[in-house]
Amino acid sequence: MHDRATSRRDLLKACLAAPLQAAAFQSKSRVVIARDSLLRSSGSSVVDSTRLLKALDRAMQSLYDCDSPLEAWKRVVKPGEVVGLKVNCLAGRGNSTSVLLVEALCERLQQAGIPKKNIVIWDRLNRDLESAGYRVAAHPDRIRCVGNDTSGYEDELAIYGSAGSLLSTAITRVCDAVINLPVLKDHGIAGVTLALKNMFGAIHNPNKYHVNVGDPYVADVYMLPPIRQKVRLHICDAITAQYEGGPSYMPQWTWPYNGLIVARDPVALDYTGWQIIEQKRSEKGMKALKELRREPTYIATAADTQHRLGTNDPRRIERVEV
Amino acid sequence: MRAAFLIAVLAVSCGPKPRSGPTALFPKSGEVPGWSQNGETRTFEAGNLWQYNDGDADRYVQAGVERLLTADYRYQGKTDAVADIYIMKNAAGAKTILESESEVGSQTVRVGTAGRLYGTSVTFRQGRYFVRLVVYEEAPEMSQALVELGRGIQPKLR
Repeated sequence: MHDRATSRRDLLKACLAAPLQAAAFQSKSRVVIARDSLLRSSGSSVVDSTRLLKALDRAMQSLYDCDSPLEAWKRVVKPGEVVGLKVNCLAGRGNSTSVLLVEALCERLQQAGIPKKNIVIWDRLNRDLESAGYRVAAHPDRIRCVGNDTSGYEDELAIYGSAGSLLSTAITRVCDAVINLPVLKDHGIAGVTLALKNMFGAIHNPNKYHVNVGDPYVADVYMLPPIRQKVRLHICDAITAQYEGGPSYMPQWTWPYNGLIVARDPVALDYTGWQIIEQKRSEKGMKALKELRREPTYIATAADTQHRLGTNDPRRIERVEV
Repeated sequence: MRAAFLIAVLAVSCGPKPRSGPTALFPKSGEVPGWSQNGETRTFEAGNLWQYNDGDADRYVQAGVERLLTADYRYQGKTDAVADIYIMKNAAGAKTILESESEVGSQTVRVGTAGRLYGTSVTFRQGRYFVRLVVYEEAPEMSQALVELGRGIQPKLR
């Protein structure tokens, strides 16, 4: 009798828990797209900084369901933390993470209690940063802006799956939290380069991982513990986007998307950005990336049971436009 | 006899030197009206080309790139541009790169053996050289200005 009662209770528990577990499993990854047609007019590289800040605020409030941007930022970072901003400056000033976007972020981070000395803008090389319009600076009391060639790499390889790399000390030692700031663009080998692939800028040997459309290398690099554990938010600069010829800047294949794509789930962001690029390619009469044998299959790999970095299932992605 | 040899050596070493090195392929400031070189010429070999354009470098390597020379330019003191000259092993490599890029939206221009204008970018090939010129601002006059810069580079590609 006792056994039967226990069994009944267990059954009841199981019946109640199952939908909850299913709901948790099915919870959606929110990807917020904030667009403003007046952010950057066609043919001009001048971005309206006021509109950009407003777009960022709208996106953050929507992503975190908050009434104010400051409340949202306080959920991302905590006072006392050193916050890294991983920009993407490979394409020079033509199509790199906007300096104005980074300035807007720095403003909000400071309001959220992160002093200037605890903000670090970083990427692969000082030269890349400078070519994109950033000023390299290492003064400890101000906002720092350094390439990995200055901050250095760890001496020992970090290994996961197919990836074996030296990680930048910017992510292993300097920063407690990282905000990932990729650019919405095509990639001639990997298909697209967005949130996941931007972490190639955190390792010493990204050139080794371009075979097989970067699959599984992109997902494996992101699995390296400092990356997986410290990157908290992804803000994709989609002010100017590129649908062909990337990752180098090819102005003939860019268009003013005039937006920011913001998410906590890098896989959902990458899937969403990929679809935007495919749509533009289709509008321009270009072949789908799959036909060109550069479908970004690493996105699905990042979502698989071995990686679990997020979801690439469109039914589990909540795409919100604000 | 010994003196004659010495004179010959001195004559060779003191005579005019042939123009060579990475800067020789780029027009000097003012050589093409409106254009001035801004900064130094940088050189990348096939083995470290990825440091310049990681992710894009592989296709140049596969096509037989030997070296990239790149220089920043400025038009009329305000509009920035970049000139990339890829030195391939042979003319077939330069042709491969040019033809691998979509010609949608381009028009043919008379620069080099074959050239394309995309509005704010010009690509052309000449012998074993592949050249890409990119400007960072759209403006009506920039297309023609880029073509003129290309025509300034073309005769240096020998």
